[in-house]
Amino acid sequence: MTSTTATEAEATTTARSHRRIGDRVFSNLASGAGLTILIVLAGVAAFLMAEAWPALTAPAADLPGGEGLLDYVWPLVFGTILASLIAIVVAVPMAIAVALFTSHLAPRLIAQSVAYLVDLLAAIPSIIYGLWGIAVLGPATVPATEWLADNLGFIPFFDGPASTTGRTMLVAGLVLALMILPIISAVAREVFTQTPKGLQESALALGATRWEMIRMVVLPFGRSAIVAGSILGLGRALGETMAVTIILSVSGAITFDLISSENPSTIAANIALQFPESSGLDVNVLIATGLVLFAITLAVNMAARAIISRRERKSDR
Amino acid sequence: MLPRHAPWTAFAASSVIAAILTGAIGASPFVWLLIAGVITLGATTAWSAAVEGRRKATDRAMTLLVIGAFALAMLPLLSLVYTVVSKGLARFDGEFLTSSMRGVLADGGGALHAAVGTLTITLLAALAAVPVGVLAAIYLVEYGKGKLKRAITFFVDVMMGIPSIVAGLFAFALFALFMGPGVRMGVMGSVALAVLMIPIVIRSTEEMLMVVPNALREASYALGVPKWLTVVRVVLPTALAGIVTGVMLSIARVIGETAPLLITTGSITSTNLNPFDGRMANLPVFVYEEYKFPGVPPEAYIERAWAGALLLILIVMALFLAARLIARRYGVEIRR
Repeated sequence: MTSTTATEAEATTTARSHRRIGDRVFSNLASGAGLTILIVLAGVAAFLMAEAWPALTAPAADLPGGEGLLDYVWPLVFGTILASLIAIVVAVPMAIAVALFTSHLAPRLIAQSVAYLVDLLAAIPSIIYGLWGIAVLGPATVPATEWLADNLGFIPFFDGPASTTGRTMLVAGLVLALMILPIISAVAREVFTQTPKGLQESALALGATRWEMIRMVVLPFGRSAIVAGSILGLGRALGETMAVTIILSVSGAITFDLISSENPSTIAANIALQFPESSGLDVNVLIATGLVLFAITLAVNMAARAIISRRERKSDR
Repeated sequence: MLPRHAPWTAFAASSVIAAILTGAIGASPFVWLLIAGVITLGATTAWSAAVEGRRKATDRAMTLLVIGAFALAMLPLLSLVYTVVSKGLARFDGEFLTSSMRGVLADGGGALHAAVGTLTITLLAALAAVPVGVLAAIYLVEYGKGKLKRAITFFVDVMMGIPSIVAGLFAFALFALFMGPGVRMGVMGSVALAVLMIPIVIRSTEEMLMVVPNALREASYALGVPKWLTVVRVVLPTALAGIVTGVMLSIARVIGETAPLLITTGSITSTNLNPFDGRMANLPVFVYEEYKFPGVPPEAYIERAWAGALLLILIVMALFLAARLIARRYGVEIRR
């Protein structure tokens, strides 16, 4: 009796320790991969800081422009925010409309192909958007912008004179809007389809039209998700490089004029344009502007995630 | 109640009116569509308000607006595809696909060096990103708990938001600190692309792993299978199709990234297959430089740029389609 239990105990111990080794190795591997994420992110911040440091500590006269880092970065930050704001203002209503179309208005069959098409928009490389913007959209907006400059020129946005090539902040903003539309639309579509069916059907049962039901049930339910999705889209627009690099005709002027050829550049486009030809301290300056961009997009993305997680904690799931 | 064909007749009538107006002022078909849409909206709303009442009229108006906004969003996509195809086909020939730009000054030349470079750089990036990403996702779903898991999840989200050019600057800074600021290598581009790929791979793998029913895992444990074998032999094969789809989609996302490659890998005119030896051409930067810095005559360069853009978009769409097909044929369906 005792001998059998002893051998049984032995067998289970060897089996358990045999199991433990495999488990230990594998779980350490997985944890290591998880830690790699933290290390990579810390590395990004650290290496950027290291290479940007010479620019942050150099005397103002050595930097391009001769007026110091703040003076160099400020027009870029202005241009970045302006382009992204145009993108958000145009993209959010259209993204909500596209999401509503897919979730509530279209028949099942069309809805799936539509969702696929919208996701295709997200897959197209940004440089192709840039080429299309400068070759097609820009020239197409010239008649409209000339009309705007002639008739609505008192508004600072349409001060003019209208660009003849279409390489304006307006076109850059519109192309950015097109690029972030799939992101916002995907988030909105996700939450619209998850609106509780009971709430929707009770609204309809009480005699609401479909639009009234959407306005009273679906949109309020999805409000924080739409906000979070928009902020995510904003983060993407802030960091977008190639489309702006190709489209925008840069003069460095800080202006609200959307339809002229005198435009501020964005941080990302400035880096793309100057980096290949730069050397020495100029490289460090560009990396410092990259650090500023990283900080801005970090703040924007963390705000979006905070809103999403607050909403998930509030709802009954 | 308005007759069922009411919106369509309104659209037909307004198209005719818009055509007359557009013809009078001589504007483009796009303006015609815009005017037709606006007139349809006004006419249908007014007609409905008269027959069905204000609330139903608002309902119809909003439906039309949503459809209109959707059409407005799809129009640029169609225009873009049409533009790239029509302009790219001019030079999309055998010579373009089989020769590099070595020694080419005006006409001729091709994008072979760029295509090969893109494949090399992206493959290297995937080789680094996929194991790390899949393992990290396994950690988050199967092993992780408490503060570390929350921290990693949070930072994966942060990583997702890194602009592509910042990833490029990081790769540059990393190599510059060890090898001096003048270094340009293919593998630098791979590092930047890997940083961009990892969070996408993690997110999609996480979702696929969470779709695998817990009952499967518990059955495996009940049969005495250790945890790691359960993950490797039960969970992963079940989720494999979804993971492959996620990896292919992440590759499709980064294969078109120009900015990080512009500042790390640079470009050259001949084919370079060694990612550790100097600059390497790649497709997105090829397209950018042919368009932005054309030589003489500029038409030859711009034609090459469009052909390169067509090649790039074909590769991305092929990856996209393949990923969707795999997901549909082999995937585990999420039933809502």
